Amino acid sequence: MNTFAIVTQVLRIAVPYLFAAAGGVIAERSGVISLTLEGYMLGGAFAAVVGTFYSGSPVVGALCGIGGGAVLALIHAVASIRYRADQVIVGIAVNLFAIGITRVFLKLMFGSSSNSPRVDGFATGYGDPLLWLGLLSTPIVAFILFRTVFGLRVRATGEKPEAAASVGVPVHRIQYMAVLLSGALAALGGVYLALDQHQFTDQMTAGRGFIAVAAVIFGRWSPLRAGAACLLFAAAETVQIHLQGNHVIASQFIEMIPYVLTIVALAGVVGRAIAPAALGRGET
Amino acid sequence: MTAARREKIEEALFPPVVAILIAFVAGDIIMLSFNQSPFVVWRLLLEGTWGNAYGFGQVLYKATTLSFTGMAVAFAYRAGLFNIGGEGQLAAGGLAAALVGFALPVGFPALLAILLGCLGAAAAGGVVGAVPGYLRVRFGAHEVITTIMLNFIVLALLNWFIATRLRVPETLHTPEIHAGAIARLSAVLPAFHGSAANLSVIAVLLTAIAMWYYMFRTRGGYELRAVGLQPDAAEYGGISVGRVLFSAMTVSGVIAGLGGINFVLGYKYYYEDGFAGGTGFLGIAVALVGRNNPFGILLAALFFATLSQGGLAVNAFVPKQMVDVLQGIVIIAIAASVPEVQRILLGSRRRPVTTSALDSQPAATEPPAAAV
Repeated sequence: MNTFAIVTQVLRIAVPYLFAAAGGVIAERSGVISLTLEGYMLGGAFAAVVGTFYSGSPVVGALCGIGGGAVLALIHAVASIRYRADQVIVGIAVNLFAIGITRVFLKLMFGSSSNSPRVDGFATGYGDPLLWLGLLSTPIVAFILFRTVFGLRVRATGEKPEAAASVGVPVHRIQYMAVLLSGALAALGGVYLALDQHQFTDQMTAGRGFIAVAAVIFGRWSPLRAGAACLLFAAAETVQIHLQGNHVIASQFIEMIPYVLTIVALAGVVGRAIAPAALGRGET
Repeated sequence: MTAARREKIEEALFPPVVAILIAFVAGDIIMLSFNQSPFVVWRLLLEGTWGNAYGFGQVLYKATTLSFTGMAVAFAYRAGLFNIGGEGQLAAGGLAAALVGFALPVGFPALLAILLGCLGAAAAGGVVGAVPGYLRVRFGAHEVITTIMLNFIVLALLNWFIATRLRVPETLHTPEIHAGAIARLSAVLPAFHGSAANLSVIAVLLTAIAMWYYMFRTRGGYELRAVGLQPDAAEYGGISVGRVLFSAMTVSGVIAGLGGINFVLGYKYYYEDGFAGGTGFLGIAVALVGRNNPFGILLAALFFATLSQGGLAVNAFVPKQMVDVLQGIVIIAIAASVPEVQRILLGSRRRPVTTSALDSQPAATEPPAAAV
């Protein structure tokens, strides 16, 4: 297998992480904890397959996927921002809800409890527009956060909501926008997965959302560093695929890499992990 | 009954009742979307759970593990900590119980073997809980993230262990234990015949009583709750906050790990990869609905177990996954209504802050937000 093919493989594995981590960075920078990425991805994947199935167009499907992620994000946002619910608990619940609701609709619409029928997708490999959008999502989010007024407000909201409010920043509206954007972005990660495999399967995100959360923390809430973490995790996964059967390292130990690195990062071994100051407070 | 006491009860009951009503309406909508009469389906659900001894036995069985993971979450939460690692702690406890039962020779005194198995489960869960506790105290690493990450690490480790070391070929479970199975409930009450309910329910009740006594009647429990409410004030009052946080997380892991005995010693008699199956996460919901009170948790566990078993009973009419949706809705609604209800109650009556606040919830509006 040549280098080019390996790079392609790393990028394809990285795309769902990149989308979700980009979304996670935005939401967390606004002060809202995003343990919900897994649920957004799953909802996006399912809505994309439904949209593609009924319209025959993956573009429509992708838009539906964004909508699906945004609906779940709206639930998270209303509970967390309007009702000041505990964001960790709501996050876990949104994930549970996403697993349940996709299963119920899978049964209702396609009569199966495991997978949807086959649908069209985008071209594979470098012809897939979502591949490029995924790779660009990291710089785009970095641009939004650090070069736009909206990004400045997001960061102010996440660091010191009282100060932001006192200079006229609509704190809650900014948080709503950030969370909805995170839902849409993470959902695209799920859309990519589903359209790449041409179907939805039950729980197909398989923990990728949590790896994205890990990437956000390992990247210390910087979009570029989080993106780099995603590439690192994807590279580890590629190595694992190529070592499979060699029994050099058991696959279970490769799976652990993102999680171990995150704990190492949190323990301050690679520099202090400093979260946005108002993260999780859910108040102004 | 004093006004303050009535108010406390209102505050504890109102959010769960509202949440369950919302879930009830959501359930109706799902049933109607499958062209089923909600009346028929709800009745079936009740008949399949509390309506016969087998169904009720299954509810009891499921409620047992859920009570353990719920109490684990609540114990940590009283100290202001979020333990999301119940899944990994439960699985580790289960494997340890199986290893003990497997290592003991045939003919080993059963009661002693059960005790050793419980100890093994508790110890394994405690070790998995102690790690995030240590990381929090020593490095300030936030336990929400470390426990989630540890779930994946522990489950992968156990999976590796089962896949490469100790298993029956062609399966993902260990051989059956030789000694120390916990008797089925049907051995005492034949009506429960066929259900998985077993005498682990006694362990649950004992744990709940011990937890209540510790939290509300001992100095250690007072310190635990003081740290959960106001760590700075507790530190100033001479309580070693770091020690309390570490031990709270460890004990939380012990309780979750103990939950492993229900499946391993009481039901299947072996450890099977994936047996935790989300029970650790659902413990968060159980603790929330049970308002972090051990006896409230037993009731909440019965509620969620009823939903879960009821889903199987109505599966022919609406997909059993409906209950996952309902569970999610209950959790969101209750998490959202708790601060809201407190705001309304406190806002309208302006209750003065007294030391009796130590009997209620930790200050949930100010979670340790540092490094999520």
